[in-house]
Amino acid sequence: MKKKLAGTALLWLGLSMACAQAADPNLGRNLAATCANCHGTDGNSAGGIPGLAGMSKAKMLGLINEFRSGAKPATIMHQLSKGYTDSQLDLIADYFASRTPVGGAK
Amino acid sequence: MSAARRGFIKGTLGLSAMAALYGCAGAGKGAKGHVVVVGGGYGGATAAKYISMWSEGGIRVTLVERNAAFVSCPISNLVIAGEKQLSDITIGYEGLAKYGITVVQDEVTAVDAEKRMIRLARGGDLAYDRLVLSPGVDFMYESLPGMASAAAKESILHAWKAGPQTVALRKQLEAMPDGGVFAMTIPKAPYRCPPGPYERACMVAHYLKQAKPKSKVLVLDANEDIVSKKGLFTKAWADNYKGMIEYRPQSELRDVDVGNRTAILEFEQVKASVLNVVPPQRAGDIAAKSGLKLINNRWVDVNWLTMESTSTPNIHVLGDAIFPAPTMPKSGHMANQHAKVAAAAIINLMSGQPPSDAPLVMNTCYSFVDATNVVHVASVHPYDAATKQPQPVKGAGGLSAAPTEMEGKYALAWARNIWADMLT
Ligand SMILES: Cc1cc2nc3c(=O)[nH]c(=O)nc-3n(C[C@H](O)[C@H](O)[C@H](O)COP(=O)(O)OP(=O)(O)OC[C@H]3O[C@@H](n4cnc5c(N)ncnc54)[C@H](O)[C@@H]3O)c2cc1C
Repeated sequence: MKKKLAGTALLWLGLSMACAQAADPNLGRNLAATCANCHGTDGNSAGGIPGLAGMSKAKMLGLINEFRSGAKPATIMHQLSKGYTDSQLDLIADYFASRTPVGGAK
Repeated sequence: MSAARRGFIKGTLGLSAMAALYGCAGAGKGAKGHVVVVGGGYGGATAAKYISMWSEGGIRVTLVERNAAFVSCPISNLVIAGEKQLSDITIGYEGLAKYGITVVQDEVTAVDAEKRMIRLARGGDLAYDRLVLSPGVDFMYESLPGMASAAAKESILHAWKAGPQTVALRKQLEAMPDGGVFAMTIPKAPYRCPPGPYERACMVAHYLKQAKPKSKVLVLDANEDIVSKKGLFTKAWADNYKGMIEYRPQSELRDVDVGNRTAILEFEQVKASVLNVVPPQRAGDIAAKSGLKLINNRWVDVNWLTMESTSTPNIHVLGDAIFPAPTMPKSGHMANQHAKVAAAAIINLMSGQPPSDAPLVMNTCYSFVDATNVVHVASVHPYDAATKQPQPVKGAGGLSAAPTEMEGKYALAWARNIWADMLT
């Protein structure tokens, strides 16, 4: 009986760890939403700041790296891009790449 | 196979089935119930939109707001300076209809957390499964006896909630004689929008410099020193408004002689032509007086994974009303970010899922130093499991090097985008 309980507990642990890895299917969406104040809901800009909806992952990560290194001059993105980890940026770039731009680029 | 072994396998299957149902993929799918949001400002309107949008209408959302339209505090200092009109910072709530949100214009007068009901001033109760409160701040006039009457409050303005007071302060400035003194008082931090008072000093001076150049701007600050963007504001005052703006730190307002438009400080009295009192602040009444746990008797204590009150289940609090995490400002931008953390958590909770364990919020606050030149402060705050609150990333964020017109354009674009992110 004891053995069985231990086994079940292990199994639970295994399951919850598997979940932790596939973790949080909405994390990309949630992190990308932190960009929306300036870049628009789902990356569809209301104007004046570039939209991100539909931007390819490679392009976005390339830009971010240029902001981080200073290769691309910025007013604020060089400071903000350093606040996110590589894996967070990866999820954000995936999310915006999967969005459809509404009404074309602005 | 023994019966025990068979039982174990059955149990295993049960667990995997449960994992498939509730576990990894598709978290938040199937969320349902009714969320009531109180306050259609930066936090509340964003929360209403994102709960409805992300749950794909699964969660019914009712937004209760006392005012007919949203009026933005950000950019309101430009209205005071005569550079923008109130209509430029006013937006209706019609845009939320397409998300299926019901907007009710009414005042919420009480919360019954036991029964999960709120009371509306115009009559009737509204039941909720989860409640979101984003009421902003209310003023602690009890510390300023001279300000007790309604007449006093109409004469000595705060203009720290955008709307009629914004326009009234503009009128007082227009009526001020050339050579007059505009004095404003700043309460001890924390208060709504740390750089806001210094931006106002710039924008009032910007107006007076053109229209009434013999006038003065006197900043009476209860704090030890300039609370935000110190170097940038000090330089802007010296470069643009030399001899016009006078800054006095450690000058806490003790009372107001309303009839004489005089600020009463500890050791002196300052008479002004226009006196603008930004009073000390606390969580908006409905959050402060509904039995939620407060810190310093002023701000609501929240769980940073869900934005839920630490004392009262099913009530989430956002924006200016909460006790902030380290270095976190009371800003519209931050209220919007709180709202998204709460929206994601509420949808998970209402579909039987745990909330995300890795939320992140970030801030950008732009300040105008004149009609076109702007400076920013920015920061990024991921949740830190060790301290159980968001902590600013060291080496990220920061300030502008100097005011620029390019950031002036971005500041207006920020406003346009955040307003759309809340309301359309
Ligand atoms: C001059 C000035 C400049 C600013 N500039 C900036 C800036 O540039 N950038 C920035 O990010 N932030 C800025 N801010 C700060 C920003 O305005 C606040 O931080 C933000 O409004 C907080 O959002 P909130 O949702 O907590 O409250 P609010 O936006 O104030 O929303 C609260 C809403 O709740 C409603 N309400 C309250 N109680 C009830 C009730 N009982 N029943 C019904 N409705 C109720 C109110 O009518 C209001 O609409 C500025 C503030 C000021 C004063």
